[in-house]
Amino acid sequence: MNTMTPPTSTPAPASPKHPTSTRFTRALGVASLVGIGWLVAFGLFLSPNDRVHKTGVRILYIHVPSAWLAYLAFGVTGIASGLYLWKRTRSLMWDRLAGASAEVGVLFMGITLVSGSLWGRISWGTYWTWDARLTTTAFLFVTYIGYLAVRDLGGTHQQRARRSAVMALLAVLEVPLVHYSVKWWRPLHQNETVEEGKLSGLMLFSLFVGIISFTLLYVWLVMHRQRVLALNDQVDDRGLDVALAARREES
Amino acid sequence: MSTWRIARLIAAKDLRVEWRSRVLINQVLPFATLVMVMFAFALDNNDRVLTRVAPGLVWLATMFSLLVVVQRTFAVETADGALDALQVAGVRPGGVFLGKALALAAQLAALELVLMGAAVVLYRTEFQAGGVVLLVTTYLAATTGLAFVGTLYGGLAAGAKGRETLLPLLMLPVVAPVLIGATRATEAALGTEGATPSDGWPWIGLLTLFAALFGVGGTMAFGSLIDE
Repeated sequence: MNTMTPPTSTPAPASPKHPTSTRFTRALGVASLVGIGWLVAFGLFLSPNDRVHKTGVRILYIHVPSAWLAYLAFGVTGIASGLYLWKRTRSLMWDRLAGASAEVGVLFMGITLVSGSLWGRISWGTYWTWDARLTTTAFLFVTYIGYLAVRDLGGTHQQRARRSAVMALLAVLEVPLVHYSVKWWRPLHQNETVEEGKLSGLMLFSLFVGIISFTLLYVWLVMHRQRVLALNDQVDDRGLDVALAARREES
Repeated sequence: MSTWRIARLIAAKDLRVEWRSRVLINQVLPFATLVMVMFAFALDNNDRVLTRVAPGLVWLATMFSLLVVVQRTFAVETADGALDALQVAGVRPGGVFLGKALALAAQLAALELVLMGAAVVLYRTEFQAGGVVLLVTTYLAATTGLAFVGTLYGGLAAGAKGRETLLPLLMLPVVAPVLIGATRATEAALGTEGATPSDGWPWIGLLTLFAALFGVGGTMAFGSLIDE
């Protein structure tokens, strides 16, 4: 694999008809749509009720896949940021991948928190507990909202890339600290997290469908967002050239 | 020039600026004390409740004040582009980071002493002889950690538009472990709700780890963050 990507990879010019899509992303989009259709069929109709949680168990088919995806997305952001900071693989492509993945990660983490607190209300009778996993998740959410704010601080593309890459790595440092401090703070609440392995075959399959279709959706969204971010960068670069040319013509 | 010498010079400069302008004494200290009084209003002036939650309130007031002090310490640098000038002059960013953190730690340490005094007066907090070593260690470890994080994120937000609103969003989630750790350790040192000093030492481990991680991370990353 060629690791020496040119510093500014210019994507194919986008036409108004198909702004950021290619044949591959269209196929991916259709696949994730079909996957979500399957998830609706299995999650809402085909899978049985749970003995304890009754129909409330269906929240898990959204909750678990979105939690998994948020962690995957933030993992991708961390790795891409590391790749940007490492001199031999430095390319703005990694920076845009990190940004796109963080955006989608924040979206899925929001879904995780909302669906999780609904699940909590049904199964534990409360929207929120100060469990280590929950609290860390909430902190992750806020931290990556902050990360996205740092991406918008301005400056050149390279400044943005370096600053946000450092921020992403600091977030990797922060998360275990928050997790363990909350864990020691409230050790008694640990047993309230959902225990896996109590689900029937069809329920597990529905969960599996959810994870696959959400992963496809994630890849699809990130590819599009990354291309949009690349176009944004292009507009910034060209905008300056156009303004310079206009000023030269004036004089 | 060695990194330590740069750090000492920067710290001395910051403290001199503070000594001449007296922003900490005239504005931040009254603000922090006011926060402590407001906590009492919010908690209905119930002495038993106030004594119970005093350690947490002291550290929470410290963090609010930290936001203000960090804004101030970088406003001094950005007002006439001093941070850029330092970089152009080839001053090592690691040294600038350590120096700013040192000055910030000194200011925070003074502030925390006043807040603990306020807790004794306003919340009827009582110190125990057995917990003094733990209390002093907590004070040092937490202050160091807060100073490193404050300098790191303050430097990042320094040149940015809207830094006043960005800084709390970035910094408060990061300092949450310090709030938890320092509060628990202080409770153990004061014997709040029957806690003993031995309960507090594991938290010192967390606070020290936190300070070490952000100290090393900040020294390495500061150059990338303030690059404008």
